[in-house]
Amino acid sequence: MSEREVLELLRENARYSTADIARMTDLEESEVEATIEELEAAGVLRGYQAVVDWDALEDERVRAEVELNVTLDRETSYGDIAERLARFPQVTSLRLVSGDYDFDMEVEGDSIREVSQFISEKVAPVPEITQTVTHYVMTSYKENGIELGDGDDDDRLSVSP
Amino acid sequence: MTLEPAQRVQAVPPSGIRRFFEIAEERDDVISLGVGEPDFSTPWAARDAAIHSLEQGRTSYTANRGMRELREAIAGYVADRFDLAYDPDEEIIVTAGASEAVDLAFRAFVDPGDTVAIAQPSYISYEPGVIFAGGEPLPVPTREADDFRLTVEALERAGAADADALVLCYPNNPTGAVMPAEDLAPIADFAREHDLTVFSDEIYAELTYEGEHTSIATFEGMRERTVVFNGFSKAYAMTGLRLGYALAPADAITAMNRVHQYGMLSAPTTAQYAALEALDSCDDDVEEMVGQYDRRRQFVLSRFEEIGMPCFEAKGAFYVFPEVPAGWTAEEFAEELLYEQGVAVVPGDVFGESGTGHLRVSYATGLGDLREALSRIEAFLEERV
Ligand SMILES: Cc1ncc(COP(=O)(O)O)c(C=O)c1O
Repeated sequence: MSEREVLELLRENARYSTADIARMTDLEESEVEATIEELEAAGVLRGYQAVVDWDALEDERVRAEVELNVTLDRETSYGDIAERLARFPQVTSLRLVSGDYDFDMEVEGDSIREVSQFISEKVAPVPEITQTVTHYVMTSYKENGIELGDGDDDDRLSVSP
Repeated sequence: MTLEPAQRVQAVPPSGIRRFFEIAEERDDVISLGVGEPDFSTPWAARDAAIHSLEQGRTSYTANRGMRELREAIAGYVADRFDLAYDPDEEIIVTAGASEAVDLAFRAFVDPGDTVAIAQPSYISYEPGVIFAGGEPLPVPTREADDFRLTVEALERAGAADADALVLCYPNNPTGAVMPAEDLAPIADFAREHDLTVFSDEIYAELTYEGEHTSIATFEGMRERTVVFNGFSKAYAMTGLRLGYALAPADAITAMNRVHQYGMLSAPTTAQYAALEALDSCDDDVEEMVGQYDRRRQFVLSRFEEIGMPCFEAKGAFYVFPEVPAGWTAEEFAEELLYEQGVAVVPGDVFGESGTGHLRVSYATGLGDLREALSRIEAFLEERV
């Protein structure tokens, strides 16, 4: 139970300190620390990342969602293909999905050229991959549960009854 | 002056929070913990229902008492959540906020000269409401030593035995105090014994973090003498939609409706559609918001403890009520804190004399801001206390 609470809080904000989490959950700080360590050791907690609104930054950052179709042969599994693709640092997420295509892959790069080149030179040539469809991300409105955009929309009165 | 306000209007001083509001509004770096409303948006499903109703052109008056469907939904909800059984046809009235319900009840039941006991510290509208109705407010101070819960001793001490009515608000604004069933039972006995009408403002009922909310109307012999107020502002984050309701026996609702039908005609129609959807499908949203408030509550209570401004354990609403350090009045402390650190809180005396020496601190604000505000208060204490 406390595991779930700790996970939910970290999902909400991975920068909550163990002291803050302890205050919010009524656990001892040492218990929070131990729980986090256990979750990390068990491979449940895999990392802590920032949610970035790249559009709000001057630097260009290009992202694409790529649909991949594959044909399996007797020696190759989805897992084998996934393992190969996941190694590329350009690939930020990779999922096997049901429906019209097999893998749903997210790719990031500094320019459209870089991303296109990566897909045509590294991904498309993988023998089992029969088709790639690339969708460039134009604007992102929500990432990891967090709405992006202007943000500061608290229009409440500063003192109210 | 040609437009000379009536005496009962002049008898009510300007609201004490007004001044703080004005100071706080002058600056743009203020973190406000002075807010008495949720920082969440109305659940999307409820907003969508409001929009849809507008698209359908549903902009006429509804029945004076509110849409039948909504009254039925309210009856189902209060029965389910609080064990309150009221007939949607005769015992429920939908109002423009709980505020209107409170006002209607005072105007319908308070005769000129009637004494209305008010458990204090309390939400700021009760006293003026009683005065506008021609009645006389009788403050019943509660004490921190009792965790700001109302006791029979407090009622007796204040002379409430001779009053005509009693106003309760638990979970309480501003203290965050709650009244579990075992604390309410003697109050119910007292009300019956002294034949008091009870006005019970339960708008924060959903925001009860430990145990279950109990309504005084559920005690034996209390339903007949109690008007329960509730609304959508707090639990459903719908303050601006202005929707509330009152529950009471048929004759009482008829009397309140007599005032309402001339003064208001009917509560906002768009808001009634939003409320219907809120009751229908927004349980999860409420649960999520209540969970967040609870975490913030624990955070804030524990931080105040750490920085040396302890407060009793508030278990409801979204306020804590710490004591100001010795040597300060709440007003001075709040004012200096606002000027020096840009943190707005409300001095407790605004909510009645028994709030003297306390601050109302709202945690209807994101944790990031709460964390920063508490650090600033800590810095203020280190420098000035
Ligand atoms: C105790 C209490 N009752 C009633 C209200 C007003 O509620 P409504 O928005 O439903 O009029 C408030 C608002 O702060 C409150 O704190």
